[in-house]
Amino acid sequence: MTIPPALSLPTMPTAPAPTSTRFLAACGGAFLLLFLACLAVAEAPLESVMGLVQKIFYFHVPCAWLLMLSTFVCAGGSIAYLFRGSERGDRIALSAAELGVLFGMCVLVSGPLWAKAAWGVYWQWEARLTSSLLLWLMLVAYVLARRYGGPSARQLAAALALFAAVDIPLVYFSVRFFRSIHPQTTVVSTLGPGMRSAFWLSLLSFTVLWFVLMSLRLAVENAQARIVELEVLLDQAEEKKS
Amino acid sequence: MTGSFWRYTLLIAGKDLRIEGKSREVLYTMGFSAALVVLVFSFALSNATDPAQGPITAAGVLWAATLFTGTVALARVLDRERENEAIRALLLSPAPRAAIYAGKLLAVSLLMLAVEVVLVVLVGLLFSAEVFAHPGWLALVLLLGTLGFAATGVVFSAALLRSRSREALLGALLFPIAIPVLLAASRATACMFDPLAPDLEPVAFWVRFLLATDVIYILLGLWVFEPVVSGE
Repeated sequence: MTIPPALSLPTMPTAPAPTSTRFLAACGGAFLLLFLACLAVAEAPLESVMGLVQKIFYFHVPCAWLLMLSTFVCAGGSIAYLFRGSERGDRIALSAAELGVLFGMCVLVSGPLWAKAAWGVYWQWEARLTSSLLLWLMLVAYVLARRYGGPSARQLAAALALFAAVDIPLVYFSVRFFRSIHPQTTVVSTLGPGMRSAFWLSLLSFTVLWFVLMSLRLAVENAQARIVELEVLLDQAEEKKS
Repeated sequence: MTGSFWRYTLLIAGKDLRIEGKSREVLYTMGFSAALVVLVFSFALSNATDPAQGPITAAGVLWAATLFTGTVALARVLDRERENEAIRALLLSPAPRAAIYAGKLLAVSLLMLAVEVVLVVLVGLLFSAEVFAHPGWLALVLLLGTLGFAATGVVFSAALLRSRSREALLGALLFPIAIPVLLAASRATACMFDPLAPDLEPVAFWVRFLLATDVIYILLGLWVFEPVVSGE
């Protein structure tokens, strides 16, 4: 498709294109980090009580952190879209919500596997489990609203993201009223040196992976927005001609 | 400004309630489906004979039925504005958007509360629960729980006005968000229904929690309603 030279295209904020050298370097870096994290996790000493099962921790906690990060990025993007009309904010919100669904699924699969070994049951109605499940459900609802919400889908989804963000502390607080049996976040500071370095490396590599996936998803969104814009410009040009 | 806000709120709520007073469409369909939900639960749980679980089951059924039937009220009260594009006229009127939100919230809450009276009696009959042991607390929890649910529901229902799959989507979007309200309200109600409960301290805790949740939801609703309905 050729664009008439007379038409000036508005500049759009772009994430690195999926084929750019910068992007490929970031991808390579992320995979190298992940590989190193795998080695560190394999090398980390076995925990005295739980044994091998404890190693789920190196996967589970980074995923839970990314689920949280995705929700707040989604809410931030939604505020920018809803109150300042920022298209970029809207695209960031959608990309973050989709990543949140992905990492949330990892949390919800790895958590019960560990719980079965540690507590003897797959599921407990406990503060952190319930909040993660609800958070994930809200992000799924966001994606559903975006896809099937009709003409005001974007506004609807943005409002949903804001309600989801204020819901996190509410859900957490309401379930915490009952005694919590989930390991506390202070568990990280009690880890042995081998375990601690494996944990931080794993957290870092997952976070880098999140940023790589985010820029990839944003590049797709930007490309789609550009296609729509080009189609409009082409229609206008054809109208002018006729 | 504040005076006109309340005037418009009451005008909009009054309009919806007058329409309902003439047709009684929402009240009858909601009341009937509420009765059916309670009956379905009572058939499904008819083998649950553990008396210790009685108050929890009764409270759970009461709130599940309230949420399910609440979506009917939410969908219908906002749906009326779709006919003949009445929503356009409403948005063009001098009424502030926040007053439209507050008016709809008031109308939906009052309709839901009317149906909840029937629901409480039915749950008391079918689940042998002590529903009128603490009528003042029960009324307060019903009021706060309903307000919290409707505060989020009105925003989503308004945003879904032009969507083709709004009936299916409304519940799917609303229920995950309304879970804190459901949790707090059903736990408070279970404490009230329990004749062996030592004191009402947990009820007071959950009432404070519901109050805080309602304030947050209503403020957020007033804030986002304008950009949501002004969209494409």
